[in-house]
Amino acid sequence: MKVDLMQVEEACKELYIRALKMLPPDIKQGFERLDRDETHPTGKAILGTMIRNIRVAEDTHNLLCQDTGIPIYNVVIGAHIEVDGYALKQAIVKGCERATREHPFRSSVVHPVTRKNEHTSCGRAVPVVHVDFVPEAETLSIEMIPKGSGSENNSWLKMAVPADGIDAIKTFVIDCVLEAGGKTCPPTIIGVGVGGTADLCVHLSKLAATRPLGSQCDDPEGARLEEELTKAVNQLGVGPQGLGGDSTAFAVHVETAATHITMNPVAVNMQCHSARRARATFTPQGLTYGF
Amino acid sequence: MAHYDFTTPVTEEQIRQLRINDTVSLNATLYGIRDATQIHMFDRGRKTRFDLKGHAVIHTAPNVKKVEKSAQFPAGYAPVCIGTTTSARMERFTRPLMREYGVRIIIGKGGLGQGSLEAFSELGGVYLAIVGGAAALETTWVEAIEDVDLDDLNPESLWKFQVKGFGPLLVSMDSHGGSLYTAVNESAREKRAAALAALGVKSN
Repeated sequence: MKVDLMQVEEACKELYIRALKMLPPDIKQGFERLDRDETHPTGKAILGTMIRNIRVAEDTHNLLCQDTGIPIYNVVIGAHIEVDGYALKQAIVKGCERATREHPFRSSVVHPVTRKNEHTSCGRAVPVVHVDFVPEAETLSIEMIPKGSGSENNSWLKMAVPADGIDAIKTFVIDCVLEAGGKTCPPTIIGVGVGGTADLCVHLSKLAATRPLGSQCDDPEGARLEEELTKAVNQLGVGPQGLGGDSTAFAVHVETAATHITMNPVAVNMQCHSARRARATFTPQGLTYGF
Repeated sequence: MAHYDFTTPVTEEQIRQLRINDTVSLNATLYGIRDATQIHMFDRGRKTRFDLKGHAVIHTAPNVKKVEKSAQFPAGYAPVCIGTTTSARMERFTRPLMREYGVRIIIGKGGLGQGSLEAFSELGGVYLAIVGGAAALETTWVEAIEDVDLDDLNPESLWKFQVKGFGPLLVSMDSHGGSLYTAVNESAREKRAAALAALGVKSN
């Protein structure tokens, strides 16, 4: 299948706007579950406001959150997709700029030193574009994630040592949740990267934080950690917005990678309750939007 | 736990009656302020022409749309989506905002630190929690963008919003040393050992 780059540009514009306005169904179900089980009155009231906000955003076609985030596009290319990779990246940037200007919404992206905002949501190396390849022959998929800064500002990496074992990883996650308090806009999805190199470990934590609720790590060791850690962080009572309650996290997600014999890295990245993402899938049958 | 409807500006007396877990709704004027706004005001010597005395500020950088100036859009901006951001980054600006400009109410999410709590006690101020990430709803409480200053910092300009029934907002830090964030954080830290034990972590 040959990819129409104009269609990609258009889709990348549409994806940013869709992601900002519509929460995926798994997150909405997550809210229902937390709301049902929350016992703390403040936590319950805050969850109620969050759920009401989802409805208002849909009814008024407005953005869920004022933070338009740092735009991330995850591109997955099937085996028989014909595409000029460089032109594809350019189409993504163009779509991202157009969404910002044409909607319009706030560009949250500035140069790191001059702090100059180009009002395009783009800048050096932003949007973040990740490319991966899969065997599904005739499919190109682009996932868009506007990553909010409240949660992103609370990101951590610890290069623990093998002698510290798995206990270091578990302790680190608990301490990060305590350190984050309400700053990350809980209830969050807590992404934990275990293993790899320093950069891969952090990347894994981001993948974990942005995975759909209900999904599981495909490494059984990671899946076991997910279950244990989800229970443990929700014992702490941080609650929605850090104001107390049972609903500190929707879930803890873990992604693992092999690491060096001398290393035991762990990274934590959180996704706020406005856990936004949108997906465009291109096949020979056409373009479809989803999550 | 009481609810208060305030029309801004407010007096010190009004602020002193607030206690944590009370709720407040605001009417009239609300100012929007952010990292860059305060860096320019307090580190780079810039001044605003707005009189913030007795007023409320919200930590925000809104989504706006440039439009023709009119009675409905006096500043030439239409509100698109207005919410809040994490307050903790702006902790060091609480005291100068209160001392130099007379601000009495700070609105945001995630709470402020010990320095702010002390400033609230000494100078008569309060922190009101708004729900982060609920901006679509909160935008419906904003009637207009009345004016804007320091707009070269856009979107981190100093915004003057006209609001109606802006709330209910939770009093989460009061002028009597009360802070829900400190209380929740202390209680969570007390549960750390139990959480680690449940995870089978041996020693800490």
